[in-house]
Amino acid sequence: MATSTVAPVEEWIDALRDEGPRREAAISRLHDLLLRAARFEVNRRKATLPHLRGGSLDDLAVQSADDALVAVLAKLDDFRGDSRFTTWAYKFALLEAAVRLRRLSWQGREVPLEPAAWERLGGGPSSPEAGAETQELFAALRRGIDTELTAHQREVLVAIALNDVPIDVLAERLDSTRGALYKTLHDARQKLRRHLADQGLAIEEVSG
Amino acid sequence: MNEAISALLGPAGPELTCERCFDEVDRYVEQEQAGRDAEAAVPGMGAHLEGCPACREEHDSLRALAGESFTNP
Repeated sequence: MATSTVAPVEEWIDALRDEGPRREAAISRLHDLLLRAARFEVNRRKATLPHLRGGSLDDLAVQSADDALVAVLAKLDDFRGDSRFTTWAYKFALLEAAVRLRRLSWQGREVPLEPAAWERLGGGPSSPEAGAETQELFAALRRGIDTELTAHQREVLVAIALNDVPIDVLAERLDSTRGALYKTLHDARQKLRRHLADQGLAIEEVSG
Repeated sequence: MNEAISALLGPAGPELTCERCFDEVDRYVEQEQAGRDAEAAVPGMGAHLEGCPACREEHDSLRALAGESFTNP
């Protein structure tokens, strides 16, 4: 029995757990679905990679679909049916493609771990349009970053929040994981919030 | 609100981890597309998407792709 992209969840799961030609057909259709998702992500981001040719980008999409297929099959027992099977499967291919594309876009580039120029930031302390309250907050934040954070927290916060380094790129450079780095980022942010609160600065008004 | 300050301080409320975000993002997106209260279904997801640019990009892609697939399977 054929398994289409709009097939009921039970049909997908049943076919993928089957043996022989029915399973092979389901896997082939699943790969097609994942490749569609990977190409979708490539198309959304290809403007950020003007130096890559179409063939290279399609190779990347195929590799992403291949790895996503392995991940989906390994996680099949985790699928709870809380969403359509296709939506659930798509996220694996989107993740694989997005991570590859972020890393490619930073290939050969130095990852800045220090706040190179606070003044470059819109509304930074030297910006003429920055109000007195904003300047006071920036000054307090700089002090907090310098005095309250560990060296690792400072590097992660500055790279991701100030220098727009993608978290997957930073994870690769620091031999870490997205989850571990986000926890570091979260802890650093909490410390800064406490630091501002201790100084009586109105955090919620600026952080929304 | 200053974007740099917002990026430095992150979301104010409790938020999911990246791992939980990945686990729940398909359900969250479908709740959004159905016009339901996705944040009530997955508490902390909105704050995480505000604080994590990578997860936010992947959420946005999934939402766009799932929406396209729904109308053009």
